Amino acid sequence: MATTSVMGGAVRRREDPALITGRGTYVDDLQPTSLLHVAFNRSPYAHARIKSVDTAAASKMPGVVAIFTHDDVAHLGPLLAQVPIGKLRPLLSDGEIKHTGEAIAMVIAENRYQAQDAADAIEIDCDVLPAVIGLKEAKSDATKVHEDLDSNVLHTWTYHGYWEALGLEDQTPLVDAAMERDDAVVVSLEMTNQRLIPVAIEPRSVMADYDLGYDRFTVHSSSQVPHALSGAIATMFGMPLSDVRVIAPEVGGGFGAKLNVYNDEILVAFASKQLGRPVKWTETRREAGGATIHGRGWLGTATIVGTKDGEFLGYKLEAIADMGAYTQNFTVAIPLLGLWIASGQYKMPVSWTVDCVVTHTMTTDAYRGAGRPEAIYYLERIIDAYAREIGMDPIEVRRKNFWKKDEFPATMGCGFSLDSGDYDAAVDRLIDVSGYQDLLKMRDEARAEGRYVGIGVGSYVEVCGFGPAVLAEIGFSWASYGLPAAFNGTGMVRVNPDGTVTVLIGTGPTGQGHETTWAQIVGSELGIAAEMIRVRHGDTNDLPMGIGTFGSRSIAVDGAAAFNAATRVKEKAAKIAAHLLEAAPEDVVFEDGAAHVAGSPEKSVEWAAIAKAAYQAHTLPEGVESGLEENVVFSPGNATWPFGTHLAVVEVDETTGDVKILKYVAVDDCGNLVNPMIVNGQVHGGITQGVGQALFEEAVYDESGNLLTGSLLDYPLPTASDLPYFELSHTITPTDVNPMGVKGIGEAGTIGSAHTIVNAVVDALSPLGVKHIDMPLRPKRVWAAIQEASN
Amino acid sequence: MTVNGQEVSADVEPRTLLVHFIRENLHLTGTHVGCETGYCGACTIHVGGKPVKSCTMLAVQADGAVVTTIEGLATDDALHPVQEGFWERHGLQCGFCTPGMIMSAAALLAENSNPSEDEIRHGIEGNLCRCTGYHNIVRAVEYAGSKVRGEEPAAPDWEGTS
Amino acid sequence: MYPREFDYVAPATLEEAMGALGEDAKVMAGGMSLIPLMKMRLFSPAVVVDIGRLPGFDAVEEQNGHVSIGALVRHSATATSPLINLVATALSTAASLTGDVQVRNRGTTCGAIAHADLVADQPAAVLALGATMVAQSSGASREIAAADFFVDALTSALEPNEILTSVRIPKHGPGEGSAYDKLGRRGGRSDYAIAGAAAWVKMDGGSIADARVALTGVGTKVSLANEMAAALVGTDGSEAAVKEASQKASDDVTIIEDLYGTEEYKTHLASVFAARAVLQAISNVS
Repeated sequence: MATTSVMGGAVRRREDPALITGRGTYVDDLQPTSLLHVAFNRSPYAHARIKSVDTAAASKMPGVVAIFTHDDVAHLGPLLAQVPIGKLRPLLSDGEIKHTGEAIAMVIAENRYQAQDAADAIEIDCDVLPAVIGLKEAKSDATKVHEDLDSNVLHTWTYHGYWEALGLEDQTPLVDAAMERDDAVVVSLEMTNQRLIPVAIEPRSVMADYDLGYDRFTVHSSSQVPHALSGAIATMFGMPLSDVRVIAPEVGGGFGAKLNVYNDEILVAFASKQLGRPVKWTETRREAGGATIHGRGWLGTATIVGTKDGEFLGYKLEAIADMGAYTQNFTVAIPLLGLWIASGQYKMPVSWTVDCVVTHTMTTDAYRGAGRPEAIYYLERIIDAYAREIGMDPIEVRRKNFWKKDEFPATMGCGFSLDSGDYDAAVDRLIDVSGYQDLLKMRDEARAEGRYVGIGVGSYVEVCGFGPAVLAEIGFSWASYGLPAAFNGTGMVRVNPDGTVTVLIGTGPTGQGHETTWAQIVGSELGIAAEMIRVRHGDTNDLPMGIGTFGSRSIAVDGAAAFNAATRVKEKAAKIAAHLLEAAPEDVVFEDGAAHVAGSPEKSVEWAAIAKAAYQAHTLPEGVESGLEENVVFSPGNATWPFGTHLAVVEVDETTGDVKILKYVAVDDCGNLVNPMIVNGQVHGGITQGVGQALFEEAVYDESGNLLTGSLLDYPLPTASDLPYFELSHTITPTDVNPMGVKGIGEAGTIGSAHTIVNAVVDALSPLGVKHIDMPLRPKRVWAAIQEASN
Repeated sequence: MTVNGQEVSADVEPRTLLVHFIRENLHLTGTHVGCETGYCGACTIHVGGKPVKSCTMLAVQADGAVVTTIEGLATDDALHPVQEGFWERHGLQCGFCTPGMIMSAAALLAENSNPSEDEIRHGIEGNLCRCTGYHNIVRAVEYAGSKVRGEEPAAPDWEGTS
Repeated sequence: MYPREFDYVAPATLEEAMGALGEDAKVMAGGMSLIPLMKMRLFSPAVVVDIGRLPGFDAVEEQNGHVSIGALVRHSATATSPLINLVATALSTAASLTGDVQVRNRGTTCGAIAHADLVADQPAAVLALGATMVAQSSGASREIAAADFFVDALTSALEPNEILTSVRIPKHGPGEGSAYDKLGRRGGRSDYAIAGAAAWVKMDGGSIADARVALTGVGTKVSLANEMAAALVGTDGSEAAVKEASQKASDDVTIIEDLYGTEEYKTHLASVFAARAVLQAISNVS
């Protein structure tokens, strides 16, 4: 039995029995009696001044209970942001609309259909104003997005200057000087890293129930960050945290979209408080498309300078990043996450400038990878172009410039120190498991037959496991919601009187299998089968503090907290067991659900007996406090720095531009694996989102600011028929940042894959002279690139 | 209509979608709603034994129909082989697309218990998953196919990956 | 997500159905096209006439030289019918590439034709196959040639008081064959067509005696490529000859740009898929 809790075991998930039988509970499944439903009237205009909002007819429609507009909620203030640079979002439009889909009025009715009927019947009269959509246009400041801001450029991140206190040296002169060298090869490309819509398959949903008797909230939300939401509600309504209970039940995917606290969550809470009834809103897919955060949206020029034999001399990125209209949670800070890994796995000076501009579009924020896929994409694409330019194997050129294993800890020019890495090992493994030499031969044979087969390689290093206390100083915490200024891990291990264990964790999983992984972590430490352990998360009544799940932080930060809590519980249990066994605590070991003296397993005491003793103060040894639970807050000294190298083989139909993925191999290093089954699942999904960006997905606003891709009809996602099986392998370079030597893996696949696919397609078409194609590589773009290269 | 073997009846507005009838009138919330264009397949159920998208059907269209939802797939406390496959082969993460995906896969195997990888991939093309990259879903269906055929499923492919 | 209110009529007979038709009424068979539009409130008929329960309209029948497909024959039935596959190959292929499994289980071939979507598969097939649409109105029935049926995007020649009760397709005779091929929105053949083409050919003694080619996805509506068809006639149907003729594929078509293709690209694809469909049709000649 105990084998099911072994660390490193592919343990089946505890979550699954409910989910495969339709018995999991998501927010929209909740249907308390007297439930009211919400629909929003949203703007069809990207930029407009509201002259009037007429709710008279709508308010008389069947089932309508209330309609709220800006004046009703203005006292709550705008939506709070962690990095409040720019314009904060008003809960309901404050008179000037700034993007299509912006909420103008909120209808509460007896059922969903009636709510929508009334929302449609609200009459809005406005003057339509010119919209700013293009990034270069926005940066020019020719037309202001917000009249009361000095510029459309909210902030400019630079490699050395993102944090003045660090006093870092600007490396731009080094990069510029390298370009002047006689032997310099300079390769430069302007590339788009397009705007994306996260599309968690579960639409966001929030239900608030205000208890008029006790003046307290119970809010269910499909959130990655329930504690942050409780803090936001407490802060905005001026209530004590003890009276705001937020529960994130099953959450159907997040990918960053559910990492924000949204205006609708605050508004639903407001409505419930006003009306004294439970109120629920579930977004429609088109609302998810246009009123839930978007990701990416960069336009930049990457330039690399190196020698003719493949030595990198410097890298420069000048980019514009689209913030959308309003600043929400981390909006302006997202590019910063890319900045920290701007130089990837390579040693070279870096000049990196990203202008954050506002446009009349939906807010951008963290979407799987958040800043890191963008940074790695530009770097790895330009490295590929450089390798092609000097005629060097793309793996060889990368390897030549890697930080070497014995050079860690490696301090980047941006000031961050990478604790560990072995980039050559991952590449060696990739060459081995992919059969790289055979693949090259296969590609060349295919080319000889006139087929367009290409091999793409892409490396990455990422920063995750947020994290270190130092990040709080630049806004990475929930401090604006009145919560602690740190993204610490939290975990509580409680042994119940019957010897079962309850583990309470501060994460907000959206499918990552935490109930299984944490049972393994704690069970392994305590010598208890995973079946005896119940892991709970997502209820702010359980734990006073939790950061949530994002930025591949859970295992490295909250996992470490739970591990340390388990260690402390074990230490205490050893004292009790020693007392019961009449032995010394240091001789006690825990195995198979019981404690015994090392070397004498025949005489043991089960956890149930230890637990009972723990709660019977009179039977405890002297000096041992009663109870058996430990609560740990874990503050890591550093982020974690997973890395890897991926390889894709593609074939292009040069007549139509159609791309087919023939093979995908990924070697990732996330340190020790707690559950390789779950880790692989994370990588599969991550790769697929990168493939989606590379081939299919793009959020498109037309020049008037209409979102053309708001439904799944025009936002194609990868389906099963578009993908091959993935071939995965791992190298293991443990970190010492946490006691388990684990690093995050949730975003690695996404950070490693988009450029790998594009590199492969460009390789396939390189005989035709194609040097770059902007994502998504839809057939039309691939075909156009072929035409352009041929002409 | 008959849902999971039980006769049910109710008066509903003509505009009530079948999925809302199932979720809100019958309180069978395992069938999910993920989009409004019939693309995601989270609402897939069986009507007359065939997989259909219950968000793109009016409840009144199903008057008199025989409906099976995810809650009715397992029998006699035994999981359906596809459910078992999803559990054994990690065919789900967040679980939101899972009921629809399982209903599609079960229908696929009912027609062909030995589908090729390509047939599986096309057979579940009408169900979107954003978590798994479909890799383990296809493996789960292969596992279930083996079970249906009375064969021993292939070993999971995460063994020996590191 | 939530349709507006409407009156629902589920007639038991065709006569009852006729009685319910009118300017604000919409006929629904499977609902795969109509319901999403209603959910997004892009289209909100006052009356929905659900013909889904009409008896006797779900048959695929062979009738002197034709195959007749009833109003309630699902895409899945069209796709898997051995008869249609044999004598109207382009249509069975087009049906098999329509939507996904669930959509094919509910949607009907006649519904897809009546919906006249400019990116749909089966309208192109029935155009190339020279099908005849049988439209029923109260007390009257008329036949509409496929070539006259697709008036514009989402607009057919059906009058508001008419129901498309069947589509009649001439069976392939000796020397005849047909095919359909497309490029889908995610590449491959999945999803709506970025470009698709259906072709029917009649071979006679090693040359093309007659041909029809129809395009979908590229223009303002599904349309026949008559210039290309004319150019095919008399050629030997070799790859070179077909590619040559396919240069005229879009001569009769008003090509339009969308998210998936520029005019230039769609013009190119029209030729590519028209040629692929014709070559496949020739190889399908039994």
